[in-house]
Amino acid sequence: MTGLADGLAVDAEVSRGEFVLAVSLTAAPGQVVGVLGPNGAGKSTLLSAVAGLTPVSAGRISLAGQVLDDASDGAFVEAAARPVGFVFQNYRLFPHLTVAGNVEFAPRARGLGKQAAQAAAAYWLSRLGLTDLADRKPGQLSGGQAQRVALARALAGEPRLLLLDEPLSALDAGTRLDVQAELKRHLTDFAGPCLLVTHDPLEALVLADRVLVLEQGRIVQEGTPAHVARQPATEYVAKLVGLNLYAGHADGAKVALDRGGMLVVPDRGQHGEVLVAVRPSAIVVSTHQPVAGSARNAWPARVVGLTLLADRVRLDLDGTPAALADVTPAAVAELSLAAGAEVWLTVKATDLEVYPHSDVQSA
Amino acid sequence: MPAPLLVPALVAVVFLILPLAGLLVRAPWSSLASALSGSDATQALVLSVWTSSVTTAIALIIGVPLAWVLARTTFPGQRLLRALVTLPLVLPPVVGGVALLLAFSRVGLVGRYLDSWFGLTIPFTPIAVVMAETFVAMPFLIITVEGALRSADQGFEEAAATLGASRMTVFRRVTVPLIAPSLGAGAVLCWARALGEFGATITFAGSFPGQTETMPIAVYYALENDPNAAIALSLVLLVVSVVVLVSLRDRWLRRGPVA
Repeated sequence: MTGLADGLAVDAEVSRGEFVLAVSLTAAPGQVVGVLGPNGAGKSTLLSAVAGLTPVSAGRISLAGQVLDDASDGAFVEAAARPVGFVFQNYRLFPHLTVAGNVEFAPRARGLGKQAAQAAAAYWLSRLGLTDLADRKPGQLSGGQAQRVALARALAGEPRLLLLDEPLSALDAGTRLDVQAELKRHLTDFAGPCLLVTHDPLEALVLADRVLVLEQGRIVQEGTPAHVARQPATEYVAKLVGLNLYAGHADGAKVALDRGGMLVVPDRGQHGEVLVAVRPSAIVVSTHQPVAGSARNAWPARVVGLTLLADRVRLDLDGTPAALADVTPAAVAELSLAAGAEVWLTVKATDLEVYPHSDVQSA
Repeated sequence: MPAPLLVPALVAVVFLILPLAGLLVRAPWSSLASALSGSDATQALVLSVWTSSVTTAIALIIGVPLAWVLARTTFPGQRLLRALVTLPLVLPPVVGGVALLLAFSRVGLVGRYLDSWFGLTIPFTPIAVVMAETFVAMPFLIITVEGALRSADQGFEEAAATLGASRMTVFRRVTVPLIAPSLGAGAVLCWARALGEFGATITFAGSFPGQTETMPIAVYYALENDPNAAIALSLVLLVVSVVVLVSLRDRWLRRGPVA
């Protein structure tokens, strides 16, 4: 990690009524840190504290070595004085100003004269392809355009830190991919650290260099997107990335699962508490008990639900352990799978991802 | 429709509309211009318009910040302060006039110092008119603006702060423009209330033609010796009220909750 002295460092607690957010994170210049978590996990509170809209109740926040907020000595830099660009959920574009007026706002507020501010705004408008929309009011923009204006407005203040709160959640599915690709490009160009908050795992995986998973005010996992997607630390993340996740106790190749059942995994000498992740497509469903083969795990289960996902059907299976398995629609017909059907599940040991269970995973 | 409801409702309508209709019927339409151009009437009209306008300007300058303080800060005694600020809305104006007199007359609480230090005597001057009108009318502006500030989306102000705007810049460039419709409505209400002010004004400022005799006071005195002028002035006030009502129709005359 390049000099933390240049990056964002948060080691703080923020209280909002009963809720307490307690996080420790760093973001290096040029790095996009994705904060992934369910609603109410404290993601927006984190951004609000970093931006200076909510003071921390303990600990400190610093950027490039400058303390922004320190509960121990009361140091607090006002939001207006922080070199931060904030793209809000729903954007919060000023409805009474034009697109150009919105983008000029930060240069003006940060002390540039009218002409210099207009020039700065013109630069960012052209950079984000908004020049033709300069005279429109926010009410006349599409979702994707409003998103770009919000980004332009945040960048026009020449921030040294960028905060994005669910930047794509207000967009419909059709425009989301385009805007996402464009956002990725602009984030790559941005030199400072960037915190991106989202509840959409795909957004975090595509846009972030590093992902933090936040649940109930705590960081439960931290790692590269690939790592988080392959070895989820909690059921929430496993569900988001579409994996079966089992906690259990390993003794070499055998893992006794906490909720009943046993899985044979590749023996890498693991002992103690582990997590086992399985892709639903790695689980083979058959109507007869399988004969011994290369698959090392076989157990009976009952179909409790079927969901059609584009080109495959996801089976919700009750057994020891319970599992989600993906099969083709043709297989559903051939095996006459319906709710209540009794089946056998098999999965190869080599398709099981085994990793130690600890409170915070880091890569 | 049940008659026990319909009949009283009709009585209420007739009661409210008949006097105004009478005013229109009795109006000296042919000599309206001359009735209004009588020196007293014109003086009263001019005095009323400028004092009401000055009152509104003062209310904007000091009332809007007070509305902001009431809406956006918390401090001990705030509820009491809000109650005191809105008291003039229900206080009989004549009581306001007596109170102003006790405070600012030459022997009043404050007035005695104004008199002895600056030689300034306020009662029975145009300044007193403006003060009486401000006392009575400013609360209309304050409560309108305070309500707007409370319901305004503070997310925009947060956004402005993250863009580097100081609190004053946020207020000037975001808060005020966003509540502009309510600010306008409050100002119009305040101006209209000031224009119609009678009780506090006549008590604190008296009725010197050209100096402190505003339109409502002029109407009151004209009724005795120049009824045509009284009716003409009343018509002017009626027209102003209708214009105010029309300009505020989006807030007041819409049925049910505003979408």
